[in-house]
Amino acid sequence: MAFKTIKRPKISIGERFYLKALLGGLVITMKHLVLSIIGKSRSKKELGGSGIGVTMQYPEYRWDKHLPEYYRGYPVLVKGEDGRERCVSCQLCEFICPARAITIKPGEVPADSQWNKVEKAPVEFEIDMLRCIYCGMCQEACPEQAIFMSQGYLLTPTDKKAGVHNKAKLYELGGTKQGLVNKWNAYK
Amino acid sequence: MSEETSKLPKDIAAAEGKVNVQINGTWYQFPRGMRIIDACKSVGVHVPTFCYHPKLAIAGSCRMCLVEQGMPPRLAPGQAPSYDAQGYQHIQWMPRPIIACANTVCENMGIKTNSPLAEEVRAGVLEFLLANHPLDCPICDQAGECKLQEFSNDYGKLKGRYTESKTKKGKNLSVGPNINLDQERCVLCGRCIRFMRDIAKDPVLSFSQRGTHNAVTIYPGRELDHPYSMNVVDLCPVGALTSKDFRFKMRVWFLKETKSIDVNCGTGTNITIWSREEQVYRLTPRQNDEVNSCWMPDEHRLNYRFINSPQRIPQPVIRTDINAPHRASTWEPSFSALAEAIKRVPADQIAIIASGRMTNEELYMTRLLAEQIGTKHVDIVSRVKESDGMLISADRNPNTTGAQVILGLENPGSQLEMIRDGVQRGKIKAILCLGEDLTSPEAGFKAQDFENLNYLFVMDHTASDTARAADLVLPGVSFAEKFGTMINVTGRIQRLNKAIEPIGYAKDDWTILQSITKALGSNSPAMNAVSSMDILSLIGQEYAALENINWGRVGDCGLQVLETGVTIPLIEQEKNPQG
Ligand code: SF4
Ligand code: SF4
Repeated sequence: MAFKTIKRPKISIGERFYLKALLGGLVITMKHLVLSIIGKSRSKKELGGSGIGVTMQYPEYRWDKHLPEYYRGYPVLVKGEDGRERCVSCQLCEFICPARAITIKPGEVPADSQWNKVEKAPVEFEIDMLRCIYCGMCQEACPEQAIFMSQGYLLTPTDKKAGVHNKAKLYELGGTKQGLVNKWNAYK
Repeated sequence: MSEETSKLPKDIAAAEGKVNVQINGTWYQFPRGMRIIDACKSVGVHVPTFCYHPKLAIAGSCRMCLVEQGMPPRLAPGQAPSYDAQGYQHIQWMPRPIIACANTVCENMGIKTNSPLAEEVRAGVLEFLLANHPLDCPICDQAGECKLQEFSNDYGKLKGRYTESKTKKGKNLSVGPNINLDQERCVLCGRCIRFMRDIAKDPVLSFSQRGTHNAVTIYPGRELDHPYSMNVVDLCPVGALTSKDFRFKMRVWFLKETKSIDVNCGTGTNITIWSREEQVYRLTPRQNDEVNSCWMPDEHRLNYRFINSPQRIPQPVIRTDINAPHRASTWEPSFSALAEAIKRVPADQIAIIASGRMTNEELYMTRLLAEQIGTKHVDIVSRVKESDGMLISADRNPNTTGAQVILGLENPGSQLEMIRDGVQRGKIKAILCLGEDLTSPEAGFKAQDFENLNYLFVMDHTASDTARAADLVLPGVSFAEKFGTMINVTGRIQRLNKAIEPIGYAKDDWTILQSITKALGSNSPAMNAVSSMDILSLIGQEYAALENINWGRVGDCGLQVLETGVTIPLIEQEKNPQG
């Protein structure tokens, strides 16, 4: 193997003692300090502050408006426009979930149901939000566009049980999703 | 050069009744008349198939096993064949592929399973099969073990070009008490039809209609209710025939497979236990050509629910006063209470009723216990009914042969009458009942018989009338929760493997017997055993019939150790189809 000798760059005294970087940082700090003292701190409006200090006044003011479209809040289940619960309890999300947060009890759609062609639906669907790491793998794995990462992040369970979202709760949080999944209509 | 080495490969092979075949560029020798597919399989070359099954007649209907094939060119009159340096003739490849399942190998044949032609025809076959397939994998129980899924992944195009609407056929049809049919998913391989016709001998399934409407149908007015019908579920390579019992219970990729044997009769059908998180979801047969071929009776397949039933006994229960209710106890105090109770009764007034459902290891510990107590009254409950002429043996105990060998019983069950009599006449004052319900018709005890006893001990996994009457109940485990061996009716020793942990505080039966014997003061080497494999090795040192037996030697498919003269009808039929 051939070796190549690299010349070390020359470092001046100022650089050696980080003078330039220190001063640069101090300038930024001072700028914010001055702006804060005169009540003109940055993002005063969006953060709902008095202009003194740069803290957001949560919970009166929230990030919600600023959330990017790809923000991953808690996972929810959705129904289609036609009112059909999209999940068919294929358990792919349960399998992919790295935190093992999802537990599904699969079951049969009753023969007299409008959607009996789907045959299968979850009897119970639980996501343990104390385990969930908001990775979004479930949404990615779902072949039925049934589970989505919502924009919601406000979860304050008061005990471990309340930290588990069951099927009813997941549909309540998820609501209806626009756009039809045509796979299960009578002609397909 | 000696004469031997100057011979051509074809002559060397022919002398042994073999032929030379080139598979993917390598030359092999195979017996004359072997199917191309078996030849490929035997040298580790995978050929995908749907309709081919080694135990069924050849149909050649799915076309999935198409391979490229070639032969030496046909010679002009008077032309002598020419051989290359290795002594093989030049292979001329055919423009059309052939199916590997219905053609046999012959001299100087060439097979290619990975050529562009072979790959293209496989992709083509898959595209045709998928043209009308409903693609409902998310709700299909076969997903995860579906050949169509696997092959389209491995060999398919992954993108369909068929834009017309798909043909509609019957979905979710009930065709029998245990089976559902989905005609849209069917790939028309006909395995189920051939099984019902040739093996079950109840030809209720057939194809009907033509073209894309061609579908598997059940004979009008009939049901797929043969006692072996659920084997078609295993045979079906896709999700057309599915089990009602397993329907929507669990996706197969969550299930752990454990090799074990069926304990419902003396045949000892080889099975796989499918479990997840200490729950058993299904049993399926495992191929063993000496025991059960590839099949299993439905009755035995469906008899697994007791394993996770609420009737299981979760912890030791003791009755401290006559007529007092049972109360929960712990292991150590139970062992000392039992040892004390046994010591209070004279040895010849104690009877041990063991079970033909115990493993050899448990029976060995039972023998040690009987020797430690010093009683001669030891027997098992025999269960002899009628054989079904296929796989269900007349002996419904899985390990009667083991009991004969280990406990030295000439005629299992013959002492039971005497013990029952002894109890009624007050000659027997204590019974240690191991894994049996004495009030069952086979054992023949009455509830009032127990009133004559001073002490009744029961070791069992499930609550029974005998357990309810007992002074002490220690919970053992079911077949899915333990390691052990059993000897089937033909004298073949086979292994049981542990699929799930014992339910509740239950313990492996052999350790319970070990602790009791220890509490009675035994110092046999078996008291130091830490697993049932240790016990099996001890058995191997002690019994001439099982000389040098150990866990490794038994293996997954068992080991023939005795000649009992008993045969399994279905296996005999398979070996001589004419006879
Ligand atoms: S977001 Fe990730 S951790 Fe949370 S439920 Fe989905 S897969 Fe599991
Ligand atoms: S949410 Fe989607 S991935 Fe999860 S079980 Fe339902 S259909 Fe399957």
